[in-house]
Amino acid sequence: MANLLVIDGLRTVFRSPGGDVPAVDGVSLSVARGKTLGIVGESGCGKSMLSLSVMRLVPSPGRVVAGRVVFDGEDLLALPTHAMRAIRGNRIGMIFQEPMTSLNPVFTVGDQITEAMHAHDRSASKAALRTRAIAALDRVRIPAAAWRFDDYPHQMSGGMRQRVMIAMALSCDPDLLIADEPTTALDVTVQAQILDLLRDLQAQSGMAIILITHDLGVVAEMADEVAVMYAGRVVERASGTAIFDDPQHPYTLGLLGSVPRVEETRSRLLAIEGSVPAPFALPEGCRFHPRCVFAAPACARVDPVLRGLGPDHQAACILAPVEDLAA
Amino acid sequence: MTAPLLEVANLAKHYPMRRGVLLARTVGNVRAVDGVSFQIFRGETLALVGESGCGKSTTARLVLRLIEPTAGSVRFEDADITALRGAAMRRLRRRMQIVFQDPFASLNPRMTVAEILEEPLIVHGIGDRVARRARVEELLGLVGLAPYHAGRYPHEFSGGQRQRIGIARALAVEPALVVCDEPVSALDVSIQAQVVNLLKDLQARLGLSYLFIAHDLAVVKHVADRVAVMYLGRIVEIGPKDAVFANPWHPYTRVLLSAIPRPDPHHKLQRQIAGGDVPSPANIPSGCRFHTRCAFVIDRCRTEDPALHPIETDHLSACHRAEELPAVAAMEAPRVATPAAARRLALYADRRAAAEQAAG
Repeated sequence: MANLLVIDGLRTVFRSPGGDVPAVDGVSLSVARGKTLGIVGESGCGKSMLSLSVMRLVPSPGRVVAGRVVFDGEDLLALPTHAMRAIRGNRIGMIFQEPMTSLNPVFTVGDQITEAMHAHDRSASKAALRTRAIAALDRVRIPAAAWRFDDYPHQMSGGMRQRVMIAMALSCDPDLLIADEPTTALDVTVQAQILDLLRDLQAQSGMAIILITHDLGVVAEMADEVAVMYAGRVVERASGTAIFDDPQHPYTLGLLGSVPRVEETRSRLLAIEGSVPAPFALPEGCRFHPRCVFAAPACARVDPVLRGLGPDHQAACILAPVEDLAA
Repeated sequence: MTAPLLEVANLAKHYPMRRGVLLARTVGNVRAVDGVSFQIFRGETLALVGESGCGKSTTARLVLRLIEPTAGSVRFEDADITALRGAAMRRLRRRMQIVFQDPFASLNPRMTVAEILEEPLIVHGIGDRVARRARVEELLGLVGLAPYHAGRYPHEFSGGQRQRIGIARALAVEPALVVCDEPVSALDVSIQAQVVNLLKDLQARLGLSYLFIAHDLAVVKHVADRVAVMYLGRIVEIGPKDAVFANPWHPYTRVLLSAIPRPDPHHKLQRQIAGGDVPSPANIPSGCRFHTRCAFVIDRCRTEDPALHPIETDHLSACHRAEELPAVAAMEAPRVATPAAARRLALYADRRAAAEQAAG
C-alpha cells in the first residue's frame, strides 16, 4: 500500500554558540492510510520535535536542515508558506498533550472550533460553521453538544477538553492526525474512552495516525507500526506485535521492563538507570551505551545503524540479538 | 496485633459554596471528603486510588493537618492529633512528611540542594551546622545522589533526580509516615521505575509507612500492601492488594482495573467503560454515588447509600450487590511473553541485578 507520509533522513538542529545541536538526527519513517504509527521514547528523545518538524512548526532557533517529508506525493519542506498553511490543520490535524493549556480560556469552545474551520473555508456562513462544529463535537461523543458549543474551556473536565481538541483536529477531516501524548494528562478511565474514540474515528474515516507516547500500554492498544526513539534517532522499528514479541534493542527491553503491569507478581521493576543525554552532550559511539546493561567496549566506538533483524524489523544495536551474549 | 500508626475515622472536609458579596450566604457544600476511615500500620503501604477529583489529595492533606477537617478524627502514634496546636503540633510534623507530585514546582529554584535538605533540620532545631552538613550528605547517598550534588540548584537536575531530592527532604527529619502524593505520575515510565524501586528500598531500610496516593493502579500493584479505592469523597473498596486486584468487589474498582492499557498487543481487551465523567462533588448523586455510571445498577442503588461492609476478612466493599457481582474472569493470568522476549528480558534483569550489586 502506498504510504501517505514518508519521512526520509530528517534532521532538525538548534543553532547555538557552541555549534548545531541535533534534536532529530536522521529519522526515516512512514505511515500508510488507515494505519497507526506509534512513536515511543522518554522525554527529551526528540519525539515531539519530530512531529513539529513534520508540521513545519519547529520553534526558533531550531530548523530542519536535511531530509524530506513527503505527504501524499508532495515534499512539505519545499512548499511555500501559504501552501503549507493550507495543509496544516486541514489535511494534517494535530492534538497536543495538554488539554488544559492548548485551549484559549477567553473564547468559547465553539468559537475555537469554528475559527479553525473558517480559516480553511472562508465561504462558509456562520450558521453552517456552527452546524458543522456541533456535528464535530457530537462525533467525539460530547453529550448535549449544542449546549456545550457555548461553554468556556474552564467549564469542562480534562477529558471533555481533550475531546474538544480532537474535535478541532478532526473538524476538517484530515488525512493524517498527529497525536502528541493525547492521553498522558488524563485519568485511566478517560484515557480508555479517548483511545476507543480515536480507533472508532479512524475506522470510519480511514485517516492515518501518528501517535506519540511514552506509554507502551497505549502503543500495544493502538499501533500497527512502532518506532522507538532515543536521543534524536530511531533505534528500533517493528510491527506493533513484533516490538513486544521480539524486542531487539536494549533500550526497548529497558522500556518494556520499566512498565508496571497489573498482572505481574514480580515486585521489582527493571528500571533504566540514568536519563536521556542532552542533545549537546551526546556520547560517542552508540548513544545509549552509557545506560546499557549489555554495553561492550565496541559500543563506545561504533555508531550503530539500523539493520534488518527480520521482515520489517530493524534495530540499531551491534549486539542484537542480545541472547547471543549469554553463551 | 499492634496498634496502628495512623488511624483515621469518619474524616470529612466540606467546602461551603457562597453566593453574594455583602450578605453572603451558603448555598451548598462541596463534599470533597465525606466520611473516610482507614488505618495504616508500621512499615506498611496503603495506596489511595481514584480518578481526579475523588478527594484523595484532600484526604492526604487532612491526615497531615495541612487543612482542618470538618468532622472526624486522626490518631497518630496513639494520640488524637485533630486538636493539637503550637509546639505539640510542630513536634508532630517531624513524624509525618510529604512527597509532592510535581518535582518541578515543589523545590525552591533559588535554593541549593544542600539548603533545601537542611531547611527542615533548621526548622526543627536538629543538630548544629556540622551535624546538619553531615546529614545532608548522608541523605543524598540514601536517595542515590552524589555528595557534589549538594551545591547545585534544582534546575540542574532531571525530573527523576528532583523527585529524589523531594524524597530526601521528606526523610531529613526521620519521619515515621510519609505521604506520597502521586510521586511518580509526572515522570517517564523508565524513571517511574527508578523512583518506585527507591521508595521500596527506603521503606525496607528505614521501616517507613507510606500513604501512597495514585491514579495508576499498575504502579500501586508494585508498591502497596493494601489498597483503598476512593470515589467522590468516600472509600468504596479497601483490602489487601492481592485480594483487591484478584477479586474486586466493587464495580468501580473493576472499571478502573479494566481501563489500564496493557503492554501486550495480543490482549486488546473488551473493556467495561464507565460512561461519562465523575459527577461534581457539589452535587453528589443520591443513594450509591457510583450508580450513575454503574453497569450493575438496580433500583435500590438509586435510593439507599451502601455502607462499607466486609466481604472477606479485611476486604470491604460499599456495594449493595457486591456478593452478586459476576466472578471476574480470572484477572488474565500473566501472559507468558514469547520465548524470545522472555529470554531477553530475563537476561536484561540478570545484567541489571549484577550492575546494581556492583554499585552496592
